[in-house]
Amino acid sequence: MTALPFLLLILAVVAGYVVNRRAARLIRDGGNRLHSMTSYHGIFSALLILVPVLTFTLLWLVFQGPIIDRITMASLPEGVLDGLDSGGVQLVLAEIKSVSRGQVFGTPEDWKIAAADRFVMLHDRADWWLVVAVCILSLGLLAFARSRVAADFRARQGVEGIVSGLMIFCSTVAIFTTVGIIVSLSYETMRFFDRVPVADFLFGLNWEPQIPLREDQIAAEGAFGWLPVILGTIVITVVALIVAVPVGLFSAIYLNEFAPKRLRSVVKPVLEILAGVPTVVYGFFAILVVAPAIRNFGQSLGLDVAPNTALAAGGVMGIMLIPFISSFADDALSAVPQAMRDGALGLGSTRGEMMTTVLFPAALPGIVGGVLLAVSRAIGETMIVVMAAGLMAKMTINPLDSVTTVTVQIVTLLIGDTSFDNPKTLAAFALGMMLFLVTLIINIFALRIVRKYREAYD
Amino acid sequence: MNDMRKIERDANMTDTKITARGVNVYYGDTHAIKDVNIEITDKTVTAFIGPSGCGKSTFLRCLNRMNDTIDICRVTGEIRIDDQDINHKSVDPVQLRAQVGMVFQKPNPFPKSIYDNIAYGPRIHGLAKSKVELDEIVEKSLRRGAIWDEVKDRLDEPGTGLSGGQQQRLCIARAIATEPEVLLMDEPCSALDPIATAQVEELIDELHRDYSVVIVTHSMQQAARVSQKTAFFHLGNLVEFNDTSEIFTNPTDTRTESYITGRIG
Repeated sequence: MTALPFLLLILAVVAGYVVNRRAARLIRDGGNRLHSMTSYHGIFSALLILVPVLTFTLLWLVFQGPIIDRITMASLPEGVLDGLDSGGVQLVLAEIKSVSRGQVFGTPEDWKIAAADRFVMLHDRADWWLVVAVCILSLGLLAFARSRVAADFRARQGVEGIVSGLMIFCSTVAIFTTVGIIVSLSYETMRFFDRVPVADFLFGLNWEPQIPLREDQIAAEGAFGWLPVILGTIVITVVALIVAVPVGLFSAIYLNEFAPKRLRSVVKPVLEILAGVPTVVYGFFAILVVAPAIRNFGQSLGLDVAPNTALAAGGVMGIMLIPFISSFADDALSAVPQAMRDGALGLGSTRGEMMTTVLFPAALPGIVGGVLLAVSRAIGETMIVVMAAGLMAKMTINPLDSVTTVTVQIVTLLIGDTSFDNPKTLAAFALGMMLFLVTLIINIFALRIVRKYREAYD
Repeated sequence: MNDMRKIERDANMTDTKITARGVNVYYGDTHAIKDVNIEITDKTVTAFIGPSGCGKSTFLRCLNRMNDTIDICRVTGEIRIDDQDINHKSVDPVQLRAQVGMVFQKPNPFPKSIYDNIAYGPRIHGLAKSKVELDEIVEKSLRRGAIWDEVKDRLDEPGTGLSGGQQQRLCIARAIATEPEVLLMDEPCSALDPIATAQVEELIDELHRDYSVVIVTHSMQQAARVSQKTAFFHLGNLVEFNDTSEIFTNPTDTRTESYITGRIG
């Protein structure tokens, strides 16, 4: 049933194309010189129908459900919803919907069955109205587009206008999505700060979110200082970058400049496979292989090593990040023109000197871009740290200790029984907001640094 | 003017700087240079002319072993500079390239400041002991590159911001800064407008008092204007090599004659 409007739309689009193109051809064959080629007339008509009708249909389908829900609930007999809170009303609606799908549990009241019938009827009627609306709209636009066909009609400019509008839309979708995420995050964050003072969150040194959910539960008092958590994220990120940046950069430099072609053709794809390994597998590797190895090694040196260490999680995360940095740096180095290499070699520099003095500075923006992406991934990475880093929030920068990260805390706060009116759950949103801000600040700084030190070639 | 040049040229004829014997170059299966023998004199401008793809640039790149940087390229035969076989195992191509400077077809200043462009060679070869000495080398090279007056007030600005002709003179100055004995130029004016070309040609004429200059060019007028000796390449063969005035007025080979009169090329 929902496929029918789309089928009609496709038909109308094809019809618009054919009709306008034929009309344009007739004008041309009549001896007039057309401003635009006949195919532009066709495409103009097709786009003129496609874009508005598709938008209309999608909006209709989005709003149809909630509106019908409202009408159904409003038409219930007086009094049946008395004494129910919002959750209870939702439950009634869900029951009506499941009855309307034929899934009847127990014996529903008569008014519920009546409501379900009404619900089905409204949906049928809405579907038909949509079909009618699509037909009228398509035919109207078809006629309008047909009426525009003339020898001097600038169909090409029309098509270019519509297409550039679509491109503007596509390029702003990501921005609007980001804005939407920020808005929803800030809303929940505000609610969190209604319950916990901002200063406690920003400057508190304790993170113990296990507060009682009910009056009679025995749990900790609750403390929401984010510093130990973000410190854990920083420690793990630093460990990961210490592993990933040198290894990734050197492998890129070697593969780009020094490796024989055959070795490069083997190593590069293998490195890229590393990027495709699911992080949960890295988590296994960290907790089952790396963490015990580090613990045994540390104990043999007489060091006190926790079973879950930042070093194990960060190190394995670093291995995960190697292909990112390596392939970004490799692309950036490859993009430096051959003339730069020739120039440096022609002056008698060795390949190493050429790399450090000419290629590397010229490729710096791309390389920093790769490192930045790696930093963002390290900060946002969840699975490896959930498995290998631990849950205890501690104010420590010792990589041999167990730490916890912002992402791990968000996961643990939102798992299990959650209610959205206590600070424990809302803290997750505050943490998410801070994570967002931290990555934003890192990006801004890195872009500034790149702009200052980049050596642009042309 | 012409007569004076002839006298000067005769005076230098005796010093042979580069000797090539039986040089063959292969790109994979392609035989690009076929048994070339040539003697290039010191403190002279030698022009390589010939149609596109005749191998003149390839041969030029043999003289500082730039062909080593191309994987599929193979060079055989003997090339001597000052009686040193440059393909001998004991010769480090890196040091050879400091001794034999090269200027490329497209100006390729590094994306660094004008100062750093010139100082690049002296720095990597450790030619200057102090900052003052380096400043002197930079100024001297820019003066010899006939670009000092245009850039002396903006040595900190990027070399890529100069005009095409200025960039090419900057690249020549950069090559000079390592104090080479031979200067190879691979079509140095082909990306330049006529005025910039004239400036670079004037510079080349200046340079041959101190260096042995080998220039590859597409323009026969340019070869006639700047060089004392000219070599004509065709399909990988060195067809004719003689004084420039002889080549252009009295070629011995019919192929040379056809090329300079515009019948092939």
